[in-house]
Amino acid sequence: MVSTAENKTQYKVVGTRPIRHDGLEKVTGQARYSADINLPGMLHGKVLRSPHAHAIIKSIDISRALALPGVESVITSADLPQPSGRVADLGEGAMMNPKFLSNNVLASDKVLYKGHAVAAVAAADQHVAEEALGRIDVEYEVLPPVLNAVDAMKEGAPILHERLYTAENPFVRPGGLRDDSDPEGGSNVASHFVFELGDLEKGFAEADVVVERGFRTKAVHQGYIEPHSATAMWNRDGHVTIWCSSQGQFAMRDQSALILDISMSQIKVIPLEIGGGFGGKTLVYLEPVAALLSKMTGRPVKVSMSRQEVFEGTGPTSGSFMKVKMGATKDGRITATTATLIYEAGAFPGSPINPGVQCMFGPYDIANGRVEGYDVVINTQKTAAYRAPGAPAAAYAAESVIDELAEKLNIDPIDFRVRNAAKEGTRRLTGPVFPRIGYLETLEAAKNHPHWSAPLEGPNRGRGIATGFWFNGSGPSSATASVNQDGTVSLVEGSPDIGGTRAAVAMQMAEVLGLPAEDVHPSVGDTDSIGFTSTTGGSSVAFKTGWASYEAAQDIKRQMIERAAYIWDVSAEDVDLTDGVFHHKSDPELRFTFKELAGLLLETGGPIVGSAAVNPGGVGGAFAIHIADVEVDPETGKTEVLRYTALQDVGKAVHPSYVEGQIQGGAVQGIGWALNEEYFFDDEGCMTNSSFLDYRMPTSLDLPMIDTVMVEVPNPGHPFGVRGVGEVPIVPPMAAIANAIKAATGVRMTNLPMSPGEVLKALWDSEESKNSD
Amino acid sequence: MSKKIHVQTNINGLDVDLLCESRQSLLEVLRDVLNMTGTKEGCNDGNCGACSVIVDGRLIDSCLMLGVEAEGKEITTIEGVAYTHGLHPIQQSFLENAALQCGICTPGFIVAAKALLENEPEADEGRVRHWLAGNLCRCTGYDKIVRAVLDAGKTMATQSKSES
Ligand code: FES
Ligand code: FES
Repeated sequence: MVSTAENKTQYKVVGTRPIRHDGLEKVTGQARYSADINLPGMLHGKVLRSPHAHAIIKSIDISRALALPGVESVITSADLPQPSGRVADLGEGAMMNPKFLSNNVLASDKVLYKGHAVAAVAAADQHVAEEALGRIDVEYEVLPPVLNAVDAMKEGAPILHERLYTAENPFVRPGGLRDDSDPEGGSNVASHFVFELGDLEKGFAEADVVVERGFRTKAVHQGYIEPHSATAMWNRDGHVTIWCSSQGQFAMRDQSALILDISMSQIKVIPLEIGGGFGGKTLVYLEPVAALLSKMTGRPVKVSMSRQEVFEGTGPTSGSFMKVKMGATKDGRITATTATLIYEAGAFPGSPINPGVQCMFGPYDIANGRVEGYDVVINTQKTAAYRAPGAPAAAYAAESVIDELAEKLNIDPIDFRVRNAAKEGTRRLTGPVFPRIGYLETLEAAKNHPHWSAPLEGPNRGRGIATGFWFNGSGPSSATASVNQDGTVSLVEGSPDIGGTRAAVAMQMAEVLGLPAEDVHPSVGDTDSIGFTSTTGGSSVAFKTGWASYEAAQDIKRQMIERAAYIWDVSAEDVDLTDGVFHHKSDPELRFTFKELAGLLLETGGPIVGSAAVNPGGVGGAFAIHIADVEVDPETGKTEVLRYTALQDVGKAVHPSYVEGQIQGGAVQGIGWALNEEYFFDDEGCMTNSSFLDYRMPTSLDLPMIDTVMVEVPNPGHPFGVRGVGEVPIVPPMAAIANAIKAATGVRMTNLPMSPGEVLKALWDSEESKNSD
Repeated sequence: MSKKIHVQTNINGLDVDLLCESRQSLLEVLRDVLNMTGTKEGCNDGNCGACSVIVDGRLIDSCLMLGVEAEGKEITTIEGVAYTHGLHPIQQSFLENAALQCGICTPGFIVAAKALLENEPEADEGRVRHWLAGNLCRCTGYDKIVRAVLDAGKTMATQSKSES
């Protein structure tokens, strides 16, 4: 369902639902994903991983492995240059500490989590490579691990990085090492910062009701179905080709160059189709390893992870400890709020604490507030981005407290949010002022949705809502497009297509040129074939690469108008393009269809190529509200989702089917996070559920249909009004379901996941406390 | 390296002779020996369905079957689903319903749906959700996949009626 909040220009292509350009290859099995590459003479690599969560590597002996027939090379971090990683070397806005990046790919002096890569083998086939791993002899000095942030912050806790410096600026990536001359010791706190606004004391004094609660969430994995795989060929001239799937071929290139200490132009990354990422395919893991093994052997090497390695060796998102306090007046106005968020970064600094803090109270106009964030390292997997990084856990805490306030004040939870809603001009607690946003319109749509007014009968059933905000991203992006003589356009863009963005990007070009969507043929270029394009992330592609595509189309349009004017011998100012026809503004005789003119290009001056390289501002934030009906089985504690509706301000849905798909997919990942998913660790820090059997993601059987409503409040910062849509739908589900469970059972769940055992325990505890009253 | 075994099988209607090691799964044989990479690996332990194939009419996770067990069997993989001159109704329906995002799970879902709908084109939502519970998709939330399978079932039911 699309509900349009503002009168909108009618588009011919944008807003329609053509079949995606890359669809045929994907339904026939022809599309090539990362592991689908097989090169002549190719070797297979495997990575040896640490059995300990925290240990010093005393020595590594590779001789027995090398002696195994079929083994061609064994590498360790000794084969990689080791960057210093000092604060001074990181510079302003450095994306990440190269030492940490490198040591996550292959551990140097210490292993910091169970599953940490220690060495790698290249062999004739993967079975031989696996056998060889068992013949690498590593001597460890095992250290006590620290497995959660609260323990890691205690006095006397085991320190992961002896010289780690605590950053205090939320806008600089945490994680620099102190200089050797700096006497200060290391800390597990990589970053600590505070945002403050207004007068807290006054705010809380004005409140009639105050709610304060603590929350705990666990690490969850992005759960993409395609395991990581990378294939590399180190050519004799020192140039390396890497085939892999990632969210950004340029990020893979630049990170690999940093780790291998070669120039980025020596590396060409060829992006293969990506089988899901959700933020988890933004960091290198295998690419430098495959490259180095290829350098050692002179042959192409493919390294692929097993599912267990994906769980144990790649980034889940952070677990968290959170505390929220909020006050409101009787008439439902929030007067003040405070929050402390402690996010677990895993083994290396860099949890999404900053976006978590920034998005937490995004939907609300809050005059007095204070939010404090901590980024804390512990002996678990280095975390990676996961869909709206940081925001879902924070929203779970905030939206649970808001639900409780509304309940205490006996105010409808949607009305409560309407009374406090952020709108154009509202200053966020963390600083920025909102441009035109569609939060109120989305709340309105929820209020009017039949789901909200439908009766929900039966015992143990309840309905909950929650909202969410994600600021969305942008970044540099490039597109080039050439006009074919048959009147079609071949478009090359730099954004890996993770869920239908080729279509969304091509459609924006087609709209400008008056062509049907099918006549623009999009493809994703390698790092030598297209200009720099930042990673597919932050819900940025339909926005930034859509913009590049729009601009490249304008470039084509301008050149073709000039060409028509040249052919007709008139002034270009008198020629226009309308609905795919170039025409003279006053002489109706002079007209060319796009196709006719395209057919004349070669003999009238040569081919036409349009291009654009942009870094657009004007990002529009996204808001969502979800409504969940659940039934809780009082015998088993199992929660079933009976009905689910997700409403979202999507700006302008370029391809509504894929926007709906993003909303549904995000909601369901959130449902998994809410009800089942978590990393289990034993006392030694070994993950005990590293398979899809034990790490339980939602299946088709666990879910109802996910109803979606796309509210369209166009983003004034984009030519078609596009807002990012992919991430915000994972923000509300945990709180929506927790609030529904509260409505169903009277029990408020403050820990994730709300798995059957946890819910049952909470039900029993509340029974007990009732009985003892 | 262990000794290779000669296997004679039939894949997508073609007789195939191949050599494989006894420890190789059917999935490995398809992907690494025959370079038929349409069948995907998501877990290699029977928990995601990305490797679904049909063996003698039964839906199988090819990562759980040995390559040598293919001897004398008839196997259908994703590469054998389309017709010579067009897509199978299930493939068409996946495209029309936008039932894929990243597409890595798609071959497995299409093969699984084929195994269901060829026998039960009129399967209802509950049956479809139950049948597909062995196939994981992390992108779509299953909504559009279930709709695509239900739609394809309708098309197939009409086709088989008009054929008979
Ligand atoms: S790869 Fe066979 S079930 Fe997952
Ligand atoms: S479409 Fe990506 S896993 Fe299903």
